[in-house]
Amino acid sequence: MSGHSTYEPKTGIERWLDTRLPIVRFMKDTAIDFPTPKNLNYWWTFGGILALMLGIQLVTGIVLAMHYVPHVDHAFASVERIMRDVNYGWLLRYMHANGASMFFLAVYIHMIRNLYYGSYKAPREVLWIIGCLIYLAMMATAFIGYVLPWGQMSFHGAVVITNLFGALPIVGEPITTWLWGGFAVDNPTLNRFFSLHYLLPFVIAGLVVLHIWALHVPGNNNPTGVNVKSEADTVPFHPYYTVKDGFAIAVFLLLYASFVFYNPNVLGHADNYVPANPLVTPAHIVPEWYFLPFYAILRAVPDKLGGVLLMFGAIATLFVLPWLDTSKVRSMRYRPTARLYFFIFVLAALVLGYCGAKLPDDPVIGAATGLMLLDADINSFVWLSRLATLYFFAYFWVILPVLGLTETPLPVPESISEPVLSHPASTPAGAAASPEKRG
Amino acid sequence: MLRKGIALAALGLALIAAPAAQAATGHAVMKHVSWSFDGPFGKYDTAQLQRGYKIYREVCSACHSMELVSFRNLGEKGGPFYDPKYPNPNDNPYVKALAKDIQVPDIDSETGDVVQRPAVPADRFPKPYPNAAAAAAGNGGAIPPDLSVIAKGRTGGPDYIYSLLTGYKAPPAGLTVNPGQNYNVSMPGDVSGQWTGDHHKVPPGGFLAMPPQLADGKVTYDDGTPSTVDQQAKDVAAFLMWAAEPKMMARKQFGFGAMIYLALFTALLYFSYRRVWRNVAH
Ligand code: HEC
Ligand code: HEM
Repeated sequence: MSGHSTYEPKTGIERWLDTRLPIVRFMKDTAIDFPTPKNLNYWWTFGGILALMLGIQLVTGIVLAMHYVPHVDHAFASVERIMRDVNYGWLLRYMHANGASMFFLAVYIHMIRNLYYGSYKAPREVLWIIGCLIYLAMMATAFIGYVLPWGQMSFHGAVVITNLFGALPIVGEPITTWLWGGFAVDNPTLNRFFSLHYLLPFVIAGLVVLHIWALHVPGNNNPTGVNVKSEADTVPFHPYYTVKDGFAIAVFLLLYASFVFYNPNVLGHADNYVPANPLVTPAHIVPEWYFLPFYAILRAVPDKLGGVLLMFGAIATLFVLPWLDTSKVRSMRYRPTARLYFFIFVLAALVLGYCGAKLPDDPVIGAATGLMLLDADINSFVWLSRLATLYFFAYFWVILPVLGLTETPLPVPESISEPVLSHPASTPAGAAASPEKRG
Repeated sequence: MLRKGIALAALGLALIAAPAAQAATGHAVMKHVSWSFDGPFGKYDTAQLQRGYKIYREVCSACHSMELVSFRNLGEKGGPFYDPKYPNPNDNPYVKALAKDIQVPDIDSETGDVVQRPAVPADRFPKPYPNAAAAAAGNGGAIPPDLSVIAKGRTGGPDYIYSLLTGYKAPPAGLTVNPGQNYNVSMPGDVSGQWTGDHHKVPPGGFLAMPPQLADGKVTYDDGTPSTVDQQAKDVAAFLMWAAEPKMMARKQFGFGAMIYLALFTALLYFSYRRVWRNVAH
């Protein structure tokens, strides 16, 4: 798709550089001229939002690291010093802590978008897999970052999660000892976590470069899922998508700012404002909201090793998804049956998140306690999680493979320009080119 | 467009509502107070913070440390004794005088001996006990927690502190309270182990080692506010909220500007978007 380049170096310096390192040409081809399908909707703006969030996390994080002290005796107080004595430290910290949540909100929407429009299918499998790697690295970064302020939830969350590796046979114990740097979560753990928390975001940044590279080979998918056929199906990235993404980013920033300035702690947990104390375990150890679905899957299995395997299995499933979905039709717009199952899938994921925040044995419907079936109380969150977990896996391993072979999709349009367009041009076709030149 | 906007807003709302779905511990009484600092334009009430400081100083500081707070913080913008005449709180005569009344430990630079000297604004609030063991020994084995960020370290924040301080009730018949413990309807916990009555009607609340601390008239207010238990509990809770979040007013003020700026920027981008795209069918 990238095809020919329209860059013409104008000055002597540009010509000199272009024959040595054509970086200006590269930037122009990828960020300005790149032909982009003209029918992308707002679900396509989250890629830009994600890039911005990564940038915000990097900048705020690097400044926080100038004031943070990675030591069990000083970490909590150093974060409080940032909040109290560092100029605009409260802003940095609240932007960083809420930024992580916003980052995950955006990545989940981005991933759901891909599921709906079949963006993981050929020829975008590598693009999708790099995306999964980014998600994995984000989870590692956020988990490790949450340990740094060394509050009660930081510490006990770290204990619970690192102990999961201990469930693995043979390698389990050496891995946990290696993660901890000793025989318990302690100062060496905090030190290496800080080091890794600094490193991983740059790994993510590198993966993002690969992600965009892998995007620019096949080009964007689009809501119809139909390949771009001609130039009439596309518009140059700039100004069309810079302005559309820019608008979506601004709306997203409004949401983000409303958390940072007016509700900075609502997504966190009160226990993390209590300094870590290994001797006192909080009543409920609950991870950050973005991990709750996985936490629910983990707890849905009575056996610890089984739970760990299933949880990692949920993530591993994403990696092989391109080969599980047998349908040739990308967009669910033309797959009414699949669409129904897709919406149930989204519901199941939300239910899992809800269950993750609850105590497994609590009743789901308060009034109807003790719905017993074969010794099991069906009316409990653990059973609801099991149901949702079952659907989660069935969707990928049964429904998508089978449906692609059995369903009858709706007729797919010939090209992007063919379907009845939702926003017709206000002037006749032909006048469409370069409105920006008219000012 | 609008439909999608609504969908996005709903997602945002769902996100805000999510933590509210946290698991509840037993059941405890939470009383909701309408605070001067509630809402996007809420501000701390300086007079209330001053009364709250007095209660901390005269009552709570006997057992609870506030290690993250210094005397100078009292004179900082948004703080109880801020005076615009003294942008540097270390010069604020009122803060200096408050500090001077309190003795803090120091090392005599000539002899190396541990000595006590009057505090200066740069000093942190002194601790009532030299270490955790002494604190536990002085309180029947329970350590009074540091109060610097307690208002953020408990679900419910200032509402919870107010509820706890006013939540000491006589234990109902059938509830055994162990020696050294006190029954409080707002303390999270589970009292069913000590309850001999109907197990469907377990009383709310829990036990804690801290006895009731407030009493009508216990602290004399300089501003003439009636010194009731209810008023004292509100004032000290507000003071602890300030101590936990001293930059709240600066944050909301900054946020107001940021929101207006972002809203204008959003509108500008929206109209640019409409303009750029007006000739493209999409
Ligand atoms: C006589 C010593 C003493 C005094 C004075 C005192 N406390 Fe306490 N406080 C304690 C002890 C001991 C605990 C720990 C209780 C426990 O864990 O069972 C405690 C616990 C607390 C808690 C935490 C409860 C929880 O949720 O764990 C708060 C909040 C609190 N005190 C506030 C205050 C305030 C405000 C004052 C002043 C009005 C005050 N205390 C005065 C001894 C005291
Ligand atoms: C992928 C991007 C990143 C994510 C998702 C992320 C996530 C997090 C999270 C969830 C916390 C805990 C916040 C809290 O509750 O206080 C945190 C803390 C922290 N992060 Fe990051 N982070 C990222 C990038 C960075 C970078 C690049 C740095 C720079 C070195 C950094 C430095 C820090 C520091 C010093 C803390 C401790 C201070 C604090 O807790 O506020 N982070 N991070």
